Amino acid sequence: MGAGHAHRLYRQGDSAVHRLPPHCKLAAVFCFVLVVVCTPRTALWAFGAYALLLAAVAVTARVPIGFLLRRMLIEVPFVAFAFLMPFVVPGEQIQPLGFLPVSVSVPGLWDAWNVLAKATLGVAASVLLAATTELRALLLGLERLRLPPLLVQIATFMIRYGDVVTDEMRRMSVARRSRGFEASGPRHWAVLAKSAGALFIRSYERGERVHLAMLSRGYAGTMPVIDRVTASRAQWTAAAALPLAALLVCLLGWAL
Amino acid sequence: MSGTLAFVPSLDVRGLAYAYPDGHQALFGVDLTVERGERVALLGPNGAGKTTLVLHLNGILTAGAGTVAVAGLPVAKANLAEIRRRVGIVFQDPDDQLFMPTVREDVAFGPAAAGMRGPELEAAVRTALERVGMAEFADRPPHHLSFGQRRRVAVATVLVMEPEILVLDEPSSNLDPASRRELADIVRSLDVTVLMVTHDLPYALELCPRSVVLSEGVIAADAPTGELLADRELMRRHRLELPFGFDPAAAPVTPVTTTRKPGDR
Repeated sequence: MGAGHAHRLYRQGDSAVHRLPPHCKLAAVFCFVLVVVCTPRTALWAFGAYALLLAAVAVTARVPIGFLLRRMLIEVPFVAFAFLMPFVVPGEQIQPLGFLPVSVSVPGLWDAWNVLAKATLGVAASVLLAATTELRALLLGLERLRLPPLLVQIATFMIRYGDVVTDEMRRMSVARRSRGFEASGPRHWAVLAKSAGALFIRSYERGERVHLAMLSRGYAGTMPVIDRVTASRAQWTAAAALPLAALLVCLLGWAL
Repeated sequence: MSGTLAFVPSLDVRGLAYAYPDGHQALFGVDLTVERGERVALLGPNGAGKTTLVLHLNGILTAGAGTVAVAGLPVAKANLAEIRRRVGIVFQDPDDQLFMPTVREDVAFGPAAAGMRGPELEAAVRTALERVGMAEFADRPPHHLSFGQRRRVAVATVLVMEPEILVLDEPSSNLDPASRRELADIVRSLDVTVLMVTHDLPYALELCPRSVVLSEGVIAADAPTGELLADRELMRRHRLELPFGFDPAAAPVTPVTTTRKPGDR
């Protein structure tokens, strides 16, 4: 699909991973994450193996590790509380840095590790998915995986109108500043709130006009499926390689 | 097509009246007949009811009184799907009209909703985009096109349905002169009935041999465009004004067709 459609997360390329049908990749990532979450937290080596698996995918997709790590920073605010766990979870206390009077709890450390490792692996897998699959293709994949059509439609419209609404917001901001308004503190929040309200009304009215245009062209409640994505057995097998390898690691983790 | 009978008008509006749910009456008995292959301009001041009339043509609004028929088929609940295929409305803001992620999918929307699939659909989309000179933009998202290009794609989204009548709402608004001329070339090249709602009187003169004036909810005048624009008294009465320095009598009768293709920039 089109050039210029590229989202910041997407990385143009033509690798085996890029070429896989989107619904195969979605299913693979979903299963991979499930397997990772089911792994016992004490099997440290298993998480290392998962990371290696993901690295192998990244190499196949020719996604540079630096790119991957930068995109993964999105995770930080969500796992911040994991760092608190060693301090707040009750249990046996240790002083990891002997010379400092800081004590942390052992179960807390395990909890933090558990959240951190699993979240990081999940985010890495999602970032890889986003880097190798176009937004539009992802939606086609979700549609193919029988996500409720209404959700897919909403997401489709978000992609289409995200830029239009952002543009409108920018124009309103230019109009405000052209009349000498500069938001500098809480005193101006009322103005910003009113702008947000106006933007909402405008977007809502646009929604009504778009609906009108859709009706005029024969819309009757469902979007016609124009591009049906299909996958061959070989493509499903290729996509399954990641979650199956992970499952093996997971089972070993429970057994050992 | 079922409407190949040349003596059935493309559009037949009789005694159409409509009041909005809030009680405001917009149309007071509109009579309008557009013959097959005609290009007619619908002129009128703001608030005259032009958009209200247009929304009756494909059954978005339902007449309070009177009837609308498209190529003999009355606009009624039972025929809505067919009516909406026959009446292609190009709305004023192409961002409202183009709601799919790519140009190709947008043009495909109408026929796909009607059940067309596969190579047949692809061919129809390609033909429609070629007619407006936008074939090479098929895979682009609409918001990456210029305004003029978006308007042309909007025309393609209804042309692909092979409509009986093409309704253009303010087709020249917000276009730069080159895009405006390109769109005129496209409209002239189409073999389809056109109803053009506009404030752009020179554009009406250039494209439409016949004009009707909608004023205060009724058709106030119906005449060859040149004559109508030259009638100063009538124009003043209905708040219609020509651009400064424009003399309808001096304008070329047959517009100069340029040799450039619509796609040239």
